[in-house]
Amino acid sequence: MTNTQLRFTKKHEWVLPLDEERARIGITDHAQQELGDIVFVENAELNQQVTAHDSLGVIESVKAASEFYAPLSGEVVAINEQLEDEPERINDDPYQEGWLVEIAYTNPQELEALLTEADYQAFLSEEE
Amino acid sequence: MSDKQLKQTPLFDLYQHNGAKKIIDYGGWALPVHFSSIIDEHHAVRQKAGLFDVSHMGEIRIEGEAAEKLVNLLMTNDITSLEINQARYTAMCYQNGGTVDDLLVYKLAEQTFLLVVNAANIDKDLDWIKAHHMDGVTITNLSEHIAQLAVQGPEAVNILQKLTDVRLADIKPFRFVQNVQLADVTDVLVSRTGYTGEDGFELYVSHDQAQALWQALLQADDRLQPCGLGARDTLRFEAKLALYGQELSPSISPFEAGIGFTVKIDKSSDFIGRAALMKEKQNQPTRKLVGLEIIDKGIPRHGYKVFSSSNQEIGFITSGTHSPSIQKQLGLALVQAEYGKLGTEVQVQIRSRLVDAVIVETPFYKRK
Repeated sequence: MTNTQLRFTKKHEWVLPLDEERARIGITDHAQQELGDIVFVENAELNQQVTAHDSLGVIESVKAASEFYAPLSGEVVAINEQLEDEPERINDDPYQEGWLVEIAYTNPQELEALLTEADYQAFLSEEE
Repeated sequence: MSDKQLKQTPLFDLYQHNGAKKIIDYGGWALPVHFSSIIDEHHAVRQKAGLFDVSHMGEIRIEGEAAEKLVNLLMTNDITSLEINQARYTAMCYQNGGTVDDLLVYKLAEQTFLLVVNAANIDKDLDWIKAHHMDGVTITNLSEHIAQLAVQGPEAVNILQKLTDVRLADIKPFRFVQNVQLADVTDVLVSRTGYTGEDGFELYVSHDQAQALWQALLQADDRLQPCGLGARDTLRFEAKLALYGQELSPSISPFEAGIGFTVKIDKSSDFIGRAALMKEKQNQPTRKLVGLEIIDKGIPRHGYKVFSSSNQEIGFITSGTHSPSIQKQLGLALVQAEYGKLGTEVQVQIRSRLVDAVIVETPFYKRK
């Protein structure tokens, strides 16, 4: 994955700005590997207002349930409905077909504060 | 990885080599969740065969003139009818009928029994057994000396047969053969038992030979796939095999947990918990372990509350997951007995929502 636009959180979400007010959110390849086989997604709701760091939903693997969080404040303007029937898309293709939601964000400074890919990789190697 | 203080089985050094993806703390032991993926390993065991390291399990030897008397006093099942080279699944209970542990008793010789107990209960069980010590009995904890590998699945018998001349097909379920040579590994106890709902074998071997046995098995047949704790749990769950700490505990009796078949109220001598269990049996247990299927959306997990259709709390989920073989969201739940009938509509609280579910038949999976 090399997209210079892509940003990351320390909770293993990725954020791809689509334009100046809209960003797509998913979980990283590292996160999907940690979770293992994903079998259910309880996604955010359309038009839901969210604040950065709020829980957006829950991803369930065979073994456990784990929450994912809003990297940005704003409104949920799209959800990936494909995940309802094919949650394994997150395992197979976490950065493309496995995206979770799109948020119309209200505070661009939150976006600037996120990690670059290099920062995120450095963070991962520290964690290990 | 924070597994510095965790106990390691003799196979720990081979996990990485075999592609273990995630090592976790399981009751103080560093064990792999999966090698390829839980679902992949689960299907491998249902369709071909899987290899598990279960060396964390405890082994306690009880021997001497009064060994049978002591074991029969401690266990709810009848030990006196065991033949040499036969194993029996049993509960060990407190006076009040709550469960100390569930275990296998192997009769090695007329006066020698091997108890195979849950890893997290080794110290507790030893204390309990020693508290009932009798003259003429020696109690030895062999857990640090014995490793255990499990080969499970429909092809297990054919794969294991490649390593020995002993005719494995002749070993009946819950029977075993001692001092078997498997490849270059000697003195293995080969037992036709398991924890997956499939045919298979559990192999008890000295610690220092465990790595050689693991490698010999994987080299013998590439249909044999290394499996982790994750698949062990989904496999035993579908077959409704109890997991201590979930289906069983000091506050859950064998009757409630659906293993009443291990309680022989009428056996020839008294046993610990008999009075309480007899009373429970006469009055019918007030709680029952049932299977449920989520008909709405969500996955039931250990500890989630269960409600009646009229929103009354009636029990809790003991184990639950997305079942790889059945392809449904299933749970085992300990509920008030009157809600245990097949087809009863109930609700499971998943986070903040009440989700519809229905009581279904168990075990969820039965081998054909």
